[in-house]
Amino acid sequence: MDKVMRMSSEKGVVIFSKSSCCLSYAVQVLFQDLGVNPKIHEIDKDPECREIEKALMRLGCSKPVPAVFIGGKLVGSTNEVMSMHLSSSLVPLVKPYLC
Amino acid sequence: MNSTSTHFVPPRRVGIYEPVHQFGMWGESFKSNISNGNMNTPNHIIIPNNQKLDNNLSEDTSHGTAGTPHMFDQEASTSRHPDKIQRRLAQNREAARKSRLRKKAYVQQLETSRLKLIQLEQELDRARQQGFYVGSGIDTNSLGFSETMNPGIAAFEMEYGHWVEEQNRQICELRTVLHGHINDIELRLLVENAMKHYFELFRMKSSAAKADVFFVMSGMWRTSAERFFLWIGGFRPSDLLKVLLPHFDILTDQQLLDVCNLKQSCQQAEDALTQGMEKLQHTLADCVAAGQLGEGSYIPQVNSAMERLEALVSFVNQADHLRHETLQQMYRILTTRQAARGLLALGEYFQRLRALSSSWATRHREPT
Repeated sequence: MDKVMRMSSEKGVVIFSKSSCCLSYAVQVLFQDLGVNPKIHEIDKDPECREIEKALMRLGCSKPVPAVFIGGKLVGSTNEVMSMHLSSSLVPLVKPYLC
Repeated sequence: MNSTSTHFVPPRRVGIYEPVHQFGMWGESFKSNISNGNMNTPNHIIIPNNQKLDNNLSEDTSHGTAGTPHMFDQEASTSRHPDKIQRRLAQNREAARKSRLRKKAYVQQLETSRLKLIQLEQELDRARQQGFYVGSGIDTNSLGFSETMNPGIAAFEMEYGHWVEEQNRQICELRTVLHGHINDIELRLLVENAMKHYFELFRMKSSAAKADVFFVMSGMWRTSAERFFLWIGGFRPSDLLKVLLPHFDILTDQQLLDVCNLKQSCQQAEDALTQGMEKLQHTLADCVAAGQLGEGSYIPQVNSAMERLEALVSFVNQADHLRHETLQQMYRILTTRQAARGLLALGEYFQRLRALSSSWATRHREPT
């Protein structure tokens, strides 16, 4: 979906979340801890929430949120982010986007 | 006549402990070791050498076999036969050594039995805490089930009991092979089995969390000391690293670097999940406290809170995923032998926690 593609490239690190989703919040905290200021899209506050959800699922996410994009590319959800971080492959990926 | 039968008290539940049978064997192998005669008085052989010539060891006579040089005979014959002295001294030393070995074996049997007893008591405690009625003695014939028993949880409890047994067996096996000789391929197999065993637990917990996430989060299926250290339904991944790392003597520079990175990223991931959990607690509390408190109505609040509880299941799964990944990364960084030693150390750490729980639970029940 165009809107999702546009939103996901707005910044180096973009996280699609929902205001009620605490796991999304955990992911956000992790990136902040790494020195990155991610762009958070709370899709439940977006009028097109349902379409965005569907688009995210179509891109391959098992759940719509949290969905993490780095450099415009979908990295995955919490599982993928955690695995990458523990295998030391997350930090190099976010290096260009440190503040 | 097996004289050793007079020297120990048989444990109460012979069916569970094996010492009685094994002490029969002890007596057998002991008899087969007799090359000279002076082997049948274990207690007295502990006496140090300079007391051998004491004539007051008259209890000796009741256990004598024909042709055995008794201790009280020594004074009569040693003054005239110095080589007899030497022979007798050697025999005594040999007998003393054998007695020490037997004593060591006996003590090891006691230790094993003690551990088994602790495990049984833990299982009883857990059953009690789960809401099963268990008699206040060791009698378990009156097990009852509460009506609100969740079959998913009942299944999990049973599976977990088996999981712990298998865990203990694996730990024993690791300990044995690491003290002996084992080739790398076989060791790798053992290590991979041990890893799979942990992963199996995470899978079990995931199903249980769907059945009753509060049960998994509370750690009621674990012993009390383990519960004390609980973090989102299990052990802290950073604690795992803390327990394991001192056991690796030689790490290459690359390994040191990798371990350092792992420690840091693990801690960061853990902190992130902890903060997420705190947010969940706040939102849940707000949810439950919403609207008018004191009017006696609560259905909408309870319903909206129910929806939030789904998130708790995700957190438990995420925490287990973190544990999974931490173990996986450690395995990647270490050599097979190091990983084996690490898994052994980790397993024993949990065994100690379980033993601590049991000791604490029974501290007032010890006879004075």
